[in-house]
Amino acid sequence: MLDDQDRRLLRQLQASDTLNIGALAARAGMTTATVSRRLARLERDGIIDGYGIVIDWRALGYSVEVSLRVTLDKTYPDAFDAFIAAARKIPQVFEIQTFLGRVDVRLNLLARDMAHYQQLYRASILTLPHIADIEALMMVANVKNSESLAL
Amino acid sequence: MTDLDDLDRRLLAALQLDGRASAGALGRALGLSQPATWRRVRRLEEAGVLRARKVRLNKAALGFGVTVFLGVKLAGRGHVSLDDFERAVSAIPEVQLVQHVLGRYDYRLRVVARDLPDFERVLRRRIMPLPGVGDVESNVLLSEERRPGPIGV
Repeated sequence: MLDDQDRRLLRQLQASDTLNIGALAARAGMTTATVSRRLARLERDGIIDGYGIVIDWRALGYSVEVSLRVTLDKTYPDAFDAFIAAARKIPQVFEIQTFLGRVDVRLNLLARDMAHYQQLYRASILTLPHIADIEALMMVANVKNSESLAL
Repeated sequence: MTDLDDLDRRLLAALQLDGRASAGALGRALGLSQPATWRRVRRLEEAGVLRARKVRLNKAALGFGVTVFLGVKLAGRGHVSLDDFERAVSAIPEVQLVQHVLGRYDYRLRVVARDLPDFERVLRRRIMPLPGVGDVESNVLLSEERRPGPIGV
């Protein structure tokens, strides 16, 4: 179970963009040894899944981000598995989500520009198996983007 | 725009798997010295490519069992201030993501809640009463997979 100190540490941890132990300790009002010990326990208990990075794709020349909302032809029993396995092979797909609702699968796709998007859409996306319907939402701006939980 | 060489790509790929990996550990995996690795990481940070290192928390283990994506269409466009809507919706703690989009909807929201009744509370009490909210579509997230993205191409 989590105690108040764990929650305080987790709140600081999810707000941190550097994961620097010294800075975390200062903000949570703990020693670095306490922070390290508690992090190790939270990792072991599966509260912390791991650590990753945020890449700014625009800085790498990817200025177009499109959310492709896909409805699958479910008369094929392996429609989901076959579709997702094929989507994983497209490097520009950086998120694959499955849903309960009107949309079955959503692919988040990065492209350098509209011409590149058009080419990816025709050559890689429309050739994926078992698509019944597909609809695109083009990202204009990220107004808020936070993984933070209300702990 | 920053061009990556092969070592940069392998560094970013390794950091995607462990964002807390030290320069020493990364260097050993890539056959680089610790200072050379540190300089490369520093350069990627300064170029804005490596924007942040983030923890990945286990939502379910922390009691957040439901993630829902909402497509929101604003009603009576022209009368509604997008700024007002964006400010109000961003202030809701359960709303993690607010994206202005083009297409069938005007906004995409990612909402994290404890369970379905909790989600319903957020939807009815916090989101539906916001100024200008028209048509709303909910899709409950079943699974989510983050891919490395186009680092290597």
